[in-house]
Amino acid sequence: MNIDKELKKHFIARLAAEGRRVDGRKLDEAREISITTNVISDKAEGSAWVKLGGTEVLCGIKVILATPYSDRPDSGVMMTGAELCPIASPEFEAGRPGENAIELARVIDRGIRESNMIELDKLCIVPGEKVWMVSIDIHIINDEGNLLDAGSIAAVAALKSAWIPTYNKKTEEVKLEKSMDMPLTKLPISCTFVKIGETIMIDPCTDEEYATDARLTVTTSGKAIHAMQKGGIGAFSSKEVIELINLAMKKHKDLEKLVKK
Amino acid sequence: MGGKSNVPLITKGKRLDGRKFDEMRPIKIEAGVINRADGSCYLEWGKNKVIAAVYGPRELHPKHLQQNTQATLRCRYNMAPFSVPDRKRPGPDRRSTEISMVIREAFERVVMLNEFPTSGIDVFMEVLQADAGTRIAALTAGAVALADAGIPMKDLVAGCAAGKVEGEIVLDLDQPEDNFGDGDLPIAYVPEKDEIVLLQLDGDFTKEEFEKAQGLALKGAKKVYELQKAALKAKYEKN
Repeated sequence: MNIDKELKKHFIARLAAEGRRVDGRKLDEAREISITTNVISDKAEGSAWVKLGGTEVLCGIKVILATPYSDRPDSGVMMTGAELCPIASPEFEAGRPGENAIELARVIDRGIRESNMIELDKLCIVPGEKVWMVSIDIHIINDEGNLLDAGSIAAVAALKSAWIPTYNKKTEEVKLEKSMDMPLTKLPISCTFVKIGETIMIDPCTDEEYATDARLTVTTSGKAIHAMQKGGIGAFSSKEVIELINLAMKKHKDLEKLVKK
Repeated sequence: MGGKSNVPLITKGKRLDGRKFDEMRPIKIEAGVINRADGSCYLEWGKNKVIAAVYGPRELHPKHLQQNTQATLRCRYNMAPFSVPDRKRPGPDRRSTEISMVIREAFERVVMLNEFPTSGIDVFMEVLQADAGTRIAALTAGAVALADAGIPMKDLVAGCAAGKVEGEIVLDLDQPEDNFGDGDLPIAYVPEKDEIVLLQLDGDFTKEEFEKAQGLALKGAKKVYELQKAALKAKYEKN
């Protein structure tokens, strides 16, 4: 049993019952976000370093040659991975991705894939044989809560500033020169809420995650919902889910402005 | 979302398999089917075939997983290699890991883990034949298996999925609808308490479409809950 966690849990829950938060934020107030793109500009085809409060996440985009899926011969492919690096938290261990890393990657992937954010049909080189694969890799640098939203913003910001290399059909060579910008449509951004007791708040910090009963992440692109994930051992009522969707859609406007900058 | 279907999925208000928009596939549930297990359940949901077994409370190894204040619940969702058209390589993959996790988090809401400190309770769910909605079928079978094992729970957990197909909101997607449709919303529910314990969404829904889909899924889950109870009762009435 982690004594630190247990003691903090009760304190956070008491505050939550009074509608207060440990860092003084309002229930619907997210922490400050800063986004820096092209931080790995020499080796990655896109990148973004995001700070969400104290949480720091780095996302890198690699665009490499691949064979298409048999049922979509003229479509590029995308994949998303996440690593909870041991540098980021005393609770992360080295090794293959565990269930938390897998969930993180798959939820972020879902938002991007289901919104058709990347125009995969513009990434075909030779139908049925060669396409571009966009590999989105999220590297957690410092975990102070809400890796989902930080990772989601980092992925979207990295993709927004990414480019596609040039493929020479004659020599069959890839040249690391831009042939085009990453073809994009919408900006799917996630918004995570946690429920502590009966109180729901946005953008949990680490201590609030210790005390979390249930978590709901809603990924929207403004008017449409593309992904949702309920986590944690608690529950939400059907009404609460709808309220949180409304709130997430409101927040999307602010987040979209930040990413577009 | 895998592209376009060759045949229209909806014709004149009916779906490919003839169902109405708010109609579930037929479900068959049988409790107590695996002798060696403490609890078990065989479940058919449309063309899905799932079998679940519960072992526990039992001694938990490795010891470092033991918790002083409660039992440790472990869930494993697994697909048999022959359950899908393109043979699935045996062993957990990323999808199975995520599904196992969200199912476990659903059960943790209702299983009274505090009654068995340091022990382990294992829920194993095997998908023998898959036709969309397998995580919901697996969770539904797992809940019956937990009850069959006599493990104290606040209530059963029932699941149902809704989705969007060719612009229409429909209940309980089958394989072609999941593959070629525009959205999938699996939900697991504790009806008596209006508690959603599992919720995932992928696709493209407006707020209004989501509300309609959620409503349909919860109605479906309530029906599934009644079928779970009936299956457990039937086992005792047999004897």
